[in-house]
Amino acid sequence: MKITLGTVTHPGGSRVNKTGSWRTAGKPHFLHQRCIACDLCALSCPEGCIFGTGQKTYYANEDYCKGCGICANVCPVEDIEMVSEEDEHG
Amino acid sequence: MMKEIRIHARAGQGAITTATILANAAFEDGKYALSFPTFGAARMGAPMNAFVRIGDNPIRVRSQIYKPDYVLVQDPTLLRGFDVVAGLKPGGLAVINHSKPASELGLVTGGWVLTVPASRIAREIMGRADRVNTALIGAFIAATGELSLEALEKAIYTRFSGKAAEDNWKALVEAYNEVKNRGN
Amino acid sequence: MVKGRMLQGARAMAEMVALCRPKVISAYPITPQTLIVEELSQIVADGDLEAEFINVEGEHSAASVCLGACAAGARVFTCSSSQGILLMSEVIFNISGMRLPVVMICVNRSVSAPLNIWNDQQDSMILRDSGWIQLYAENNQETCDLLLQAYRIAEDHRVMLPVMVCADGYVLPHAYEIVDLPDQEKADAFLPFYEPIYKLDVENPSTMGAYADPEKYMETRYMIQETLKKSIPIVEEVARDFSNTFARPSYGLFENYHVDDSSTVVVALGSMAGTIKDAIDELRTEGEKVGLLRMICYRPFPKEALYEALRNAVNIVVIEKDISLGASGAVATDMRAIFQGRDASPRISGFVIGLGGRDVTIDDIKLAIKKAQQQFEDADFIGLKEELELEGIDA
Repeated sequence: MKITLGTVTHPGGSRVNKTGSWRTAGKPHFLHQRCIACDLCALSCPEGCIFGTGQKTYYANEDYCKGCGICANVCPVEDIEMVSEEDEHG
Repeated sequence: MMKEIRIHARAGQGAITTATILANAAFEDGKYALSFPTFGAARMGAPMNAFVRIGDNPIRVRSQIYKPDYVLVQDPTLLRGFDVVAGLKPGGLAVINHSKPASELGLVTGGWVLTVPASRIAREIMGRADRVNTALIGAFIAATGELSLEALEKAIYTRFSGKAAEDNWKALVEAYNEVKNRGN
Repeated sequence: MVKGRMLQGARAMAEMVALCRPKVISAYPITPQTLIVEELSQIVADGDLEAEFINVEGEHSAASVCLGACAAGARVFTCSSSQGILLMSEVIFNISGMRLPVVMICVNRSVSAPLNIWNDQQDSMILRDSGWIQLYAENNQETCDLLLQAYRIAEDHRVMLPVMVCADGYVLPHAYEIVDLPDQEKADAFLPFYEPIYKLDVENPSTMGAYADPEKYMETRYMIQETLKKSIPIVEEVARDFSNTFARPSYGLFENYHVDDSSTVVVALGSMAGTIKDAIDELRTEGEKVGLLRMICYRPFPKEALYEALRNAVNIVVIEKDISLGASGAVATDMRAIFQGRDASPRISGFVIGLGGRDVTIDDIKLAIKKAQQQFEDADFIGLKEELELEGIDA
């Protein structure tokens, strides 16, 4: 990593901080069954870390997802569910 | 003889309380103790550490703990991306809040790893799965005997009052018995 | 059973301040000082201390309130850190210039930019030239012990100067450890009521800190300089009285830890001294003749006592959490000066450590000692991260 004069930073500089490590209450699981590509999940994501290019293509970048659950909450077709991660690592 | 404990948690999960209860109990047991936190991002959910040193003499060293005798992990999701057992002394012990047996966690360490379903115990007794500190302490004491139950009871009733104290004490005893009854 | 109570440092300090019975407290919250003034405002709100807790809009005002209240004859307390100390600095000089015995805790924290809330000692070091007495504490017990002594020293009619007790931020106020506080009766016996020499009084009007033209100003500075020199034995005297009263050692100017039989002596201030003592114990079991002179009273700078304590050392290793940017560490520079024109001429190396909260480990201390034993170091930074690329520095 580089330390600039006066610790000047530029937009996007916080990408190195993988704040997904703060996630505790589960993460979104995109079922890819009823997705209508309304884009609400991506638009509502406070981290801007949900991406998709059409029906059943949406996913969250787990390096930054903090597991807030807003995407699952706003999905009009209930195609996202929050899942516990405890079983995954170990 | 000084024992060093490193606690892994997330800001807001009560690691400072865990450390304080341990330090208070050590004090009740007639020992010297020092506990202190480190803060990173200082935001709820950000990973942080708290440290406890317990000894027969006044504690002087104030650096963070890199070669702990014991590690306590309050949140199973910290196993994602953090080497929680880093520097654990050979023969040392890591107590992890996890529903799976230690053998399934794949941790590489020269010490021992013990898991306890502290979230489950906390949920059953306090209705909140995140109040894991006292259950974790119960498992730790069952496995190590570092502090007396009498001292811990006093420390818990110093830190909490009323139903919170009763529930936290209940959680500690349940985790203590759970580990004791495993018989190894 | 160990004597005392298991307390968070901030709580212990707040209780000790209350035992000193200040009449006016004014402070503005800043990390990591906040815990102390929160506890204090609670103590006042609960009616456990009869004092005015005056909320203000910034540290300049907090210090000004204390200045005014002290000028009116009240014992006062304030507390700050980092940028708060800098914002206060104008008033800090006024307080000493007006010879007001204000006592404050500087909860040591780095200064911006870049923003950093963690511990080092750059903030109080900047004010070493302000005419305040500065006392640096190793642990929470000592912070409390020094607070009680600070009022005694400040209000001594032979002194009448403010005292800043310096406690390393986070490392002390946020730590839980055993602290033994005196009861009110004993504290009162050690610290009698404050009797000002001059005070603002509507019946008997006066002006303080008045204008001094070139015919007078220089003398005011000479008076402070001479008074600070004369306060060195008073600091010792108060520490002796404290030790006798409370049956607990208080070291006065500095603590001598295996200095006398050591060829290499570390000089340091504040909380890292504990870590240094453990490092020294390890080195001594390996047969090394290493000691620590832990400076408590940095201003006034006790030159004679330091020279006497260190005259037989071969290597002096100053390890400090500050840097006079463009020169050397402040403490190293001062230490070098006391050997000028004297018989003894030890090698005095300087090391900068723990800036902005970087952890100070036993290994770091051993590395500094080893480097100093090999060759002279002016202001060597210990613990820099080699993996970082530094714009304008690295090729």
